Amino acid sequence: MANPQTPGIASARLDAATLSENFADLHPPLSAHEAAVAADRCYFCHDAPCITACPTDIDIPLFIRQIATGFPEAAARTIFDQNILGGMCARVCPTETLCEEACVREAAEGKPVEIGRLQRHATDAAMARQGHPYARAPETGKRVAVVGAGPAGLACAHRLAMYGHAVTIYEARPRPGGLNEYGIASYKSVDNFAAREVDWLLGIGGISLEHGRSLGTDLSLEELRADHDAVFLGIGLGGVNALGAAGDDRDGVTDAVTFIADLRQTRDLTTLPVGRHVVVIGGGMTAVDAAVQAKLLGAQDVTIAYRRDQDAMPASRYEQDLATARGVRILSNVMPKAILGNGTAAGIELEYTTVTDGRVTGTGETLHLPADMILRAIGQRLVPVDGLEMAGGKIAVTGPGRTSVPGLWAGGDCTPGEDLTVVAVAEGRDAAEDIHAALTGAG
Amino acid sequence: MADLTTTFLGISSPNPFWLASAPPTDKEYNVRRAFEAGWGGVVWKTLGESGPPIVNVNGPRYGVVHGADRRVLALNNIELITDRPLEVNLEEMARVKADWPDRALIASIMVPCDEASWKAILPRVAETGCDGIELNFGCPHGMSERGMGSAVGQVPEYIEMVTRWCKTYYDKPVIVKLTPNITDIRYPARAAKNGGADAVSLINTVSSITSVNLDTLSPEPSIDGKGSHGGLCGPAVKPIALNMVAEIARDPETRGLPISGIGGVTTWRDAAEFMVLGAGNVQVCTAAMTYGFKVVQEMITGLAMWMDEKGYRATSDFIGQAVPNVTDWQYLNLNYVTKARIDQDACIKCGRCYAACEDTSHQAIWMHEGRVFEVNDAECVACNLCVDVCPVENCITMERLPAGSVDPRTGKVVSDDYANWTQHPNNPASQAAE
Ligand SMILES: Cc1cc2nc3c(=O)[nH]c(=O)nc-3n(C[C@H](O)[C@H](O)[C@H](O)COP(=O)(O)OP(=O)(O)OC[C@H]3O[C@@H](n4cnc5c(N)ncnc54)[C@H](O)[C@@H]3O)c2cc1C
Ligand SMILES: Cc1cc2nc3c(=O)[nH]c(=O)nc-3n(C[C@H](O)[C@H](O)[C@H](O)COP(=O)(O)O)c2cc1C
Ligand code: SF4
Repeated sequence: MANPQTPGIASARLDAATLSENFADLHPPLSAHEAAVAADRCYFCHDAPCITACPTDIDIPLFIRQIATGFPEAAARTIFDQNILGGMCARVCPTETLCEEACVREAAEGKPVEIGRLQRHATDAAMARQGHPYARAPETGKRVAVVGAGPAGLACAHRLAMYGHAVTIYEARPRPGGLNEYGIASYKSVDNFAAREVDWLLGIGGISLEHGRSLGTDLSLEELRADHDAVFLGIGLGGVNALGAAGDDRDGVTDAVTFIADLRQTRDLTTLPVGRHVVVIGGGMTAVDAAVQAKLLGAQDVTIAYRRDQDAMPASRYEQDLATARGVRILSNVMPKAILGNGTAAGIELEYTTVTDGRVTGTGETLHLPADMILRAIGQRLVPVDGLEMAGGKIAVTGPGRTSVPGLWAGGDCTPGEDLTVVAVAEGRDAAEDIHAALTGAG
Repeated sequence: MADLTTTFLGISSPNPFWLASAPPTDKEYNVRRAFEAGWGGVVWKTLGESGPPIVNVNGPRYGVVHGADRRVLALNNIELITDRPLEVNLEEMARVKADWPDRALIASIMVPCDEASWKAILPRVAETGCDGIELNFGCPHGMSERGMGSAVGQVPEYIEMVTRWCKTYYDKPVIVKLTPNITDIRYPARAAKNGGADAVSLINTVSSITSVNLDTLSPEPSIDGKGSHGGLCGPAVKPIALNMVAEIARDPETRGLPISGIGGVTTWRDAAEFMVLGAGNVQVCTAAMTYGFKVVQEMITGLAMWMDEKGYRATSDFIGQAVPNVTDWQYLNLNYVTKARIDQDACIKCGRCYAACEDTSHQAIWMHEGRVFEVNDAECVACNLCVDVCPVENCITMERLPAGSVDPRTGKVVSDDYANWTQHPNNPASQAAE
């Protein structure tokens, strides 16, 4: 067996028991009593700020009161009415910058009501029950194509199916869920939750899922539009940005999203290789997730190298603390200059930076870090879709996801707005409402 | 540190905290440990007649009202008086009193409502050397169906009669323990006084059903699928008890009658509230049953610190000091005009004041852009609801309008003259007087 000091890239740096402990639930579920105590802290605010802060507008005070009075299943219904992926959102939402940041008890005491964990308590209770909670309206005879089985596509498909439309989801990858399945950090979605949630969601009926169907490869927009009454694109961001540093092609240099996707799809983590010295380039949620998980896999040292001031990191303070608490070092004001090594990465040369008026400039001073694994986490980008108007590198939309092409809607990461699961759900849902209105002449 | 020594009916105890007659005072073992923990006195668990002791149920005897986090807000019980033989209790009492001469020991008694029964038990109780007796006219369940407890306490004539027997056959202080399960507490208190009682103690438990099990449809506590009403005690009953104590303290017919305050005393603060309203000491049951005997230590230090802060040297300095401030509604000053004021720096923007006022009061709070809440003086009737529902202490306060200013709600100039309902022009009685 290898250990954290084993040179190069190696698997089994930690034993199976340690790995399973490391990748356990980040926020374990609340017991019924803990939930009652946590729920009691909610003030049931008037026109509550947390609702406004939630991209899907869940009636948070109401669902918390339903937990407090003994019916988490009723609470779940309140959640699902607005957000059918409320289970996943409860696990992955950066609540510290959303609902919990807006909680008046955050203002009062610096300790918000634990909305995320309460939401999980409610949704877990409902999902533990047999069956799907919603009934489908009678068939309308309308057919809608949804491209991409990520949060945006799934939310859109569910709402449309509920209204009685027949939905076909075309998904390029072998498994549904999008980044829920391939991207979210393992310890946020344990026990195969992403897949279980998709199964549960499909329980509504009226949705068929076709895997290995890729728009632009074996499907065209024209075909889709010809065969369906409406089309929704929820294709996320398939491309990754390039590093632009010398030696970017050396062995050991990988995209953080690929590293994470492999990790998410590996059943036996002792088989997953990781470097001894890992450097992650970037400063967002992906960088943090990749760094933390590399550390948890047994890397000896892991450094996040970020080009601006630490305050400017897109990852929230909470995420940064999570990383440092796991032993990840955050270096700010450094940018990659060259990947060193002979075919295989052995180190990285970083240059210190200063930021003036938002512009990053190198100071000329450099430093070298040993690095046998370098993970690029400098952003994903849209793989362009022909024939659509674009806005800032994404698909331009107006209102509830209407693209420049009639009959074609889009939402989620592939459209402008924050790249978050909950935002994708909101956009998918709202597009579905608009599609429904268009198809039934109610709009 | 202030001296907590309190003399009640001539009985001195190192502090005013007595344990009420109940499970905490059921036997020698408990009472010794209570004294070791610092309790100033105990009222022994109620004694019954000699002969076969009464029996309790063998299923659960307590129900509960929980707050969040299972904080005990109230207990309810269907326990009866002591289920141990009279002789055993008397022997134990004598031993404990001999070993703890500086602590108060009171015998609580409940025997049938005939003179012979009282005449029989009183000399035996006297032999123990205890400092006085308390007549249990309060227990609302079980014993009352046998013509004792609250069956006596609800009939003032019986109270007077039994009290008189006790004063005849017993020469130490007699305390009459009152039941709250009656419409006007002043009547039984007057009866006790007329019978010669040295003091009243109140309240005993409030008749109650704490909860119903919605699966079995049985009241709790459930005994084989059935429940019986019990007696409620603990923090939830304190407001009821405070009012009853104050009513007796300010009733011209009972004014000056010593009172032992009981009902929901949980902290030093509760005790102080009972005492300023006229109680000469307090008795505690539920707090001890919830937290153990050690709670008295907080009561002792808390009360002493409060006394130091206020400059009271002895408990007699503050006992009854709030009684003159308890009055009838008709004497409240109608010229005391206040308006709610919201401290914008303290406000956490929950909007509870707005919901409460807008939906259920006087539509006197504006919700401005950015969740800024402001009181509209032209509508505010000063009801205080916003203050009560605000989760932040002192964020909303009621501020008095200065004399000479105009109340925007009524358009009237505020006066600092005292004027009450009896003088108000809308009062038909006041007009008739003119
Ligand atoms: C590493 C990582 C961690 C993250 N962690 C969090 C987090 O903790 N909390 C949070 O809120 N957000 C997080 N996010 C962001 C979040 O995952 C996304 O915002 C969200 O998944 C977007 O949903 P989507 O449906 O728009 O796209 P995706 O989830 O990307 O789904 C798009 C789907 O479309 C499919 N697809 C793409 N192109 C085609 C095509 N041409 N034809 C057919 N199918 C196609 C893809 O295979 C995929 O299944 C994270 C993102 C990453 C990368
Ligand atoms: C289980 C239980 C048994 C009680 N038994 C008696 C009793 O035998 N005699 C009596 O006078 N009061 C009895 N009481 C009433 C208490 O002495 C006291 O008046 C009441 O509990 C209110 O005080 P608290 O709120 O501090 O508990 C009992 C109370 C409880 C909870
Ligand atoms: S302490 Fe609990 S278990 Fe013991 S007698 Fe009392 S109720 Fe029953």
